[in-house]
Amino acid sequence: MTFDNWLPLLTLLTSLLPGIVIFVLPEERVRWRTALNLGGSGLKLVLIGVMIWGVHHEHVYETRLPILPDIDLVLNADAMSVMMTALSGVLWFLTTLYAIAYLEKSSQSRSRFFGFFSLCVSSTIGIALAGNLMTFLMFYEMLTLSTYPLVVHSGTPESMRAGRIYIVYTFGGGAAFLIGVAWLKALVGSVAFTEGGMLAPYVDTYATQLRFIFLLMIAGLGVKAALVPLHGWLPKAMVAPAPVSALLHAVAVVKAGAFGIVRVVYDVYGIEFSAKLGLLQPLAAVAAFTIVYGSIRALFQDELKKRLAFSTVSQVSYIALGAAIVGPVATIGGVVHLVHQGLMKITLFFCAGNFAATLGVHHISQMNGVGRRMPWTMAAFTLGALGMIGVPPIAGFISKWYLATGALAAGQPWIIMILVTSSLLNAAYFLPILYRGWFQDAAETRSEKSSGGKLETHWMLLLPPLITALLALLAGLLANAPFSPLEWARLIATREYQP
Amino acid sequence: MNIPLLYELVGVILLGMGLYSLVVYSHPVRKILALNVSGAGVFLFLVAAADRTSGPLPDPVPHAMVLTGIVVAVSATALALALACRIHQVSGTAPLTDNEPE
Amino acid sequence: MSLNDILRPMNLPAWIISLPLLAAVVAVVLPRTGRWVSIFIAIITPLVVFKLCIEILVHGALQMQVGGWQAPLGIQLYADGLSAAMLAMTAIVISCSTFYARSYFSAKAASPFFWPLWMFLWAALNALFLSGDIFNLYVTLELLGLSAVALVALSQTADALSAAMRYLLVSLTGSLSYLMGVALLYAANGTLSIKMLATVGPASPSLPAAFALMAAGLIMKSALFPMHFWLPPAHANAPAPVSAVLSALVVKASFYILVRLWLMIFEPFINPSTAQLIGMLGAFAVIWGSVQALLAKRLKLLVAYSTVAQIGYLFLFFPLSSTPQTAHTAWQGGLYFVFSHACAKAAIFLAAGTVIYAFGHDRINKLHGIVRRMPVSMFAFALAGVSLIGLPPSGGFIAKWLYLNAALASGQWWWSGLIILGGLLATAYIFRFFSRAFSYFPEVVEGRPVPKIMEWTALALALCAIFLGLTAPAVTELLNAGKPF
Repeated sequence: MTFDNWLPLLTLLTSLLPGIVIFVLPEERVRWRTALNLGGSGLKLVLIGVMIWGVHHEHVYETRLPILPDIDLVLNADAMSVMMTALSGVLWFLTTLYAIAYLEKSSQSRSRFFGFFSLCVSSTIGIALAGNLMTFLMFYEMLTLSTYPLVVHSGTPESMRAGRIYIVYTFGGGAAFLIGVAWLKALVGSVAFTEGGMLAPYVDTYATQLRFIFLLMIAGLGVKAALVPLHGWLPKAMVAPAPVSALLHAVAVVKAGAFGIVRVVYDVYGIEFSAKLGLLQPLAAVAAFTIVYGSIRALFQDELKKRLAFSTVSQVSYIALGAAIVGPVATIGGVVHLVHQGLMKITLFFCAGNFAATLGVHHISQMNGVGRRMPWTMAAFTLGALGMIGVPPIAGFISKWYLATGALAAGQPWIIMILVTSSLLNAAYFLPILYRGWFQDAAETRSEKSSGGKLETHWMLLLPPLITALLALLAGLLANAPFSPLEWARLIATREYQP
Repeated sequence: MNIPLLYELVGVILLGMGLYSLVVYSHPVRKILALNVSGAGVFLFLVAAADRTSGPLPDPVPHAMVLTGIVVAVSATALALALACRIHQVSGTAPLTDNEPE
Repeated sequence: MSLNDILRPMNLPAWIISLPLLAAVVAVVLPRTGRWVSIFIAIITPLVVFKLCIEILVHGALQMQVGGWQAPLGIQLYADGLSAAMLAMTAIVISCSTFYARSYFSAKAASPFFWPLWMFLWAALNALFLSGDIFNLYVTLELLGLSAVALVALSQTADALSAAMRYLLVSLTGSLSYLMGVALLYAANGTLSIKMLATVGPASPSLPAAFALMAAGLIMKSALFPMHFWLPPAHANAPAPVSAVLSALVVKASFYILVRLWLMIFEPFINPSTAQLIGMLGAFAVIWGSVQALLAKRLKLLVAYSTVAQIGYLFLFFPLSSTPQTAHTAWQGGLYFVFSHACAKAAIFLAAGTVIYAFGHDRINKLHGIVRRMPVSMFAFALAGVSLIGLPPSGGFIAKWLYLNAALASGQWWWSGLIILGGLLATAYIFRFFSRAFSYFPEVVEGRPVPKIMEWTALALALCAIFLGLTAPAVTELLNAGKPF
């Protein structure tokens, strides 16, 4: 096995091995734990950098391990995997920093938390690098298993309830996905991801069965991607600590579902074949409905994290929508939104966590005047919120623009209506928060939970949202620069439509 | 009907009678007796099956099987009776307690 | 005789049977040495078994006449890939459980009969997997049953004793039915050797009758629905290491015999709807067992009902192997279920035993927050649960996948629905206990500290179940050695 064969596996191991070690570390060993966490994520970033460079130059990085008599575990770095891996790697690094500050001072069972945290990221990397449906499925289920202890971390009745709902949804989805994959294997004998899809030859023989399989797979993936009506677990999972919400909503679980949908449409079925089978219109409809529904529900939430949760439900469906429109422009829009939404949403969740940890603020009604007290955090929040609404030049605008243009090019102007409506709704539920935070006076003295000294809060809680907000801004401003998310999405679209 | 076939038939009938009693009666000692009767039926069948050879001497293999079977049956019966005694000592009742452990 | 002679590959089967037997005898004669002798044998025997596995991988199936006496009166020992794999599974599970039992029984006064019976059980299992003729299978089956019953009765509580009695009666009935089948087969064909019977000609009328009797007996001993009623009380009331071995190995032994007989002798002559019927019973077992596990109030009872459910999966092998193109996949799937369930169920029972040791009881409602008190055991429980549910990356997932493949490829899609349903039900009952273990409210219960060995052997077995999920190609290669299929 050459270095090219080892690289994907190594990238996975940089979080798996530290995770296993962290599990057995005694609680008091804070330094060791921090060192392992940050060391692992730093190393991962280096390896990802190598992968990015390599894939750009058409290198092939693939790890193959026989796992079943006739199927291999395949970790493959193609353009799409690398983008998802890079997103996960960068955000993991920042979330680790954030989580250390958030939890190390106060919480119990930190070794268990950080152990499962690392397992969660390893599973996400596995999902990103998966080269066939079997590998994807295995890491997808491992993701569920490693996120459950994070959701129920505090052991309170609410978190147990949330955990139970989480289990019901995600295992149900997993079962649907499993049946879909097994059925596909029985029909066509292969479950590999191939650019452009591999099912086109079977259009005459198996059309109806392939439709059902698609339905099953999308249902299974849609649970994690929070497509309505499978989204119920997501708002309930907000009881988890802020780093978990950040991770679940920007990096791991939701993205895994959305990523899976993109993979199934592009690399299993192929975009043209999906259109031929008539699968894309229903998918677009569901995605569109989710976009609007999520935003409307968000309007009525007073708890900040719940509002952000419904906003996630809405925003992640942009990715599914992009996948459901035929044409490279829409593909670019959907795929690049994977990165953009990740950056913006994690900023928002980091800020929400800061408000809760430093000021004890959980509800929007309590947020009067936080901008005065915590200007930097509020600024980052503002950037993220404006990006969500679609204000240029922040990244969110780019994705919406491409989606709209793509919809027009594909002859589906109704989607533009959806996008506009969504932007308006986003404005309706984000702008009041910004107004309260900046322009209204604090109602009464808030209980200060902790102070970071000169800074408005601990530096490790402040830095990550600032960095992600900046990245979101840069991703929009410098969208045409080489190695920007947009450029990468263009590369992916090129390779998908002209294999 | 030749003799061996008659024996085989009786063996099967004994097996059936034993199984019936096993199911119907609730006292453990009766169940143990029923199993022994069934066992005797099987052994009878086997002994009769030894007549397969054409020569004057019967086939020794079924005899070996029966002897082994008798040994096993005796040990098993001993264990069962010991268990039944112990149950009686511990719980004061003879029939098997039928409740699922809570 | 030089060392080389003793360890000649041809004699390995004899050693595998004799080593635990010797240990049992020593433990009877010198009761105080019981523990140490057993530990010693628990280390040596797996090594011998692994040597056998390598031997079979390289050279194919192995045959040995005990004492040099030829058939039909001599006993023939036969080891192919399937036997070797079953022996390896037995060795791993019993070895880990022996270490566990040593710690488990050191606090309370261990009955002097535990160790001899434990070793007899192992010897009986080994002999069973190595038997080459149907009557020897009967003898070993009886040995197995008697040792198992005695082990169940060891704790001497009223519940344990009556469970043991019920178990004994069922076991004897099953063996008798099996013996009648043997008698029929012998009367019709004149031979006891499985390999000779494999060449038996087309439908003599005794074959279906013999199959019915033998299958009925073996199904009773495997606790397939509706003959499962003896299992939950027996497994729930036995001491933890005994429950582990009972659920993991003893019920699999009769299944193994049924599979052997089916594949080698009976399959071409039996109506395929019989296979579907057996599959239906398996389906009922899965559903009924899972539902009862959901309702169980005690942890060990939950796990025992889980065994009832998982045994249902095993018997799906029969309908799934009915088409030629999927038969091999179904066979591999069924055996993978056997191996991964053995490791996972043993791990769970050992973990449950640790819970009882620490807290004195296993009422699920009163076990809040124990993940903090015993993280290693809970991790073992979690990993084993993953395998039982059938999630990757465990052996259970591989088995489930192979079964799904077989079901969908042979057009029997209804079984795939059952398999998925079984997985979801298993999730429900595993998480029923597990979520309480994570919940810190109303309070985290206190308990006494547990010897590390107990927790770590449970974890080792759970890791085996996961490990099986990653080494499927190697395991299937062993399984296929000597062409048992």
